[in-house]
Amino acid sequence: MYIEKLNLINFKNYEEADLQFSPNINIFLGDNGAGKTNLLDAIHCLSLTKSAFHSNESYNIKKHERFFSLLATFRKENKALTLQYDLQSGQKKVFRCNNVPYERITDHIGKFPVVLIAPYDTDVFREGSEERRKFFDAIFSQIDSHYLLQLISYNQLLKQRNALLKQFAESGRCDDILLESYNERLLPLNASIAGLRQKYLDQYIPYFMEHYQAIAEKREAPSLQYQSTVLSNHFEDQFRKNKSKDLVLQRTTLGVHRDDVEFKIDEVALKTFASQGQQKSFLIALKLAQFDLFRSALQTTPILLMDDIFDKLDDFRIGKLIQMVQEGRFGQVFITDARPERTEYFFQQLQREMRIFTIENGNVQEK
Amino acid sequence: MQFSSRLIEEAVGEVSKLPGIGKKTALRLVLHLLKESPDKTLRLSDALTNLRTNIRYCSCCHNISDTELCDICSSPRRDKQVICVVEDTRDVMAIENTHQYHGLYHVLGGVISPIERISPADLTIDSLLERIRNEQISEVILALSPTMEGDTTAFYLTRKMKEFPIKITTIARGIPMGGELEYTDELTLGRSIQARIQYES
Repeated sequence: MYIEKLNLINFKNYEEADLQFSPNINIFLGDNGAGKTNLLDAIHCLSLTKSAFHSNESYNIKKHERFFSLLATFRKENKALTLQYDLQSGQKKVFRCNNVPYERITDHIGKFPVVLIAPYDTDVFREGSEERRKFFDAIFSQIDSHYLLQLISYNQLLKQRNALLKQFAESGRCDDILLESYNERLLPLNASIAGLRQKYLDQYIPYFMEHYQAIAEKREAPSLQYQSTVLSNHFEDQFRKNKSKDLVLQRTTLGVHRDDVEFKIDEVALKTFASQGQQKSFLIALKLAQFDLFRSALQTTPILLMDDIFDKLDDFRIGKLIQMVQEGRFGQVFITDARPERTEYFFQQLQREMRIFTIENGNVQEK
Repeated sequence: MQFSSRLIEEAVGEVSKLPGIGKKTALRLVLHLLKESPDKTLRLSDALTNLRTNIRYCSCCHNISDTELCDICSSPRRDKQVICVVEDTRDVMAIENTHQYHGLYHVLGGVISPIERISPADLTIDSLLERIRNEQISEVILALSPTMEGDTTAFYLTRKMKEFPIKITTIARGIPMGGELEYTDELTLGRSIQARIQYES
């Protein structure tokens, strides 16, 4: 799968732009703030119906304008498909495939997979478990729409249960039957979500290991370990026993919303002891494993977006990535860089078709 | 929006509080009324005042009614052993239009949703249990919307009714009549396959 054409109107710092891409390698060159990453985000938006960088979609509308529109032609299994994403400020977004708007936007998720490698994006190690859940949920939701629907139900039920706990705490009275009405529906969802997380991690981890070994400088033993109280045999009892604790804290203390995935290298937690280099290797291996999982689960080659990797990575790891591009491990690739001569240096030996675009202040020119 | 008259502004303000009506539509409606003869507006306002002051809720099923006991509850031709539990009056109207149901109703007045601060006490659940306790009820049909909140309410009601020797049923969920299978959403289709029934020829 690849993008043939992309047209942007009022998207971030672009008033209007029209681009034609290579199915292989596309490079965006330009100074910082010129709008290179915005182009990657436009592709991300078309794939996942939301921005990679902020949760409020209206931030993507050009300053002083009232709407943006993205229109792209994708080619998938030799068929051309148009995707259109329009957002008017203050209104609901409209997402169309071949001119037909989606009834549910979640139906689009997973059809046009992309993987974004942004090496400065280290929240997934440094922050709390929520970032890691978000990271893996986003991956699993794309390969399994039932997983996504279950997560949505779970979160809605959890919100209701927490609101209920709050009301019980305020009034000092607890309606056990009502609480049980939520428990009875949350418990099977917990089991099912935890089961799917385990199943997909089991598929994901071998890819991760392979990539980490390839990209790390020395022999190390990284590990990803799924941690969930839900998988314990006594979870249901424990969940009900925690009622008094839940009432005091006014929130649900057990469940898949507290799961974590532990990242370790040689049995040591990545967050505290890993070097910068190890963290970068880890991040890239996580993303490439995502790429491989998408490819095998969705039976289509995802688009790879690499944002500013040359600035943040050392030559050794860049060399490894370029080598993978060279070997044709990826399909369509988009790369941004602020320094043209560096990109030329890395890509000059490459025997693959590529298109280079120079970007200046929201204007795109093909070299 | 700038108005040339405070009276118009006031009227538009009130009309636009109605669901589905924005400022512009409200202004169009208000100007339309002004253009028509004055008694039309008075008839409308009278109808609304009458509605507001004289409306009653059936003391038995809580459906909107003109009388103490609604037409359905007082009809001798209804099956008084079956109660169909619904969320609001609109659901009663929808089911009545099918002409397939001849029992009684019970209007809950909403579904449980702690986020919106709607608790069981805000609904007519106690009154439903009272009816089951005091009347000869053999079956309760739960006809709530298949949403998260509807399902939770159904579960809660089932638990509350467990002590009574009655049959508790829920309306079937599945493929709409005359609908194309391929356009049915996955959740409904999946459920229909799981909850398939014996073919009756």
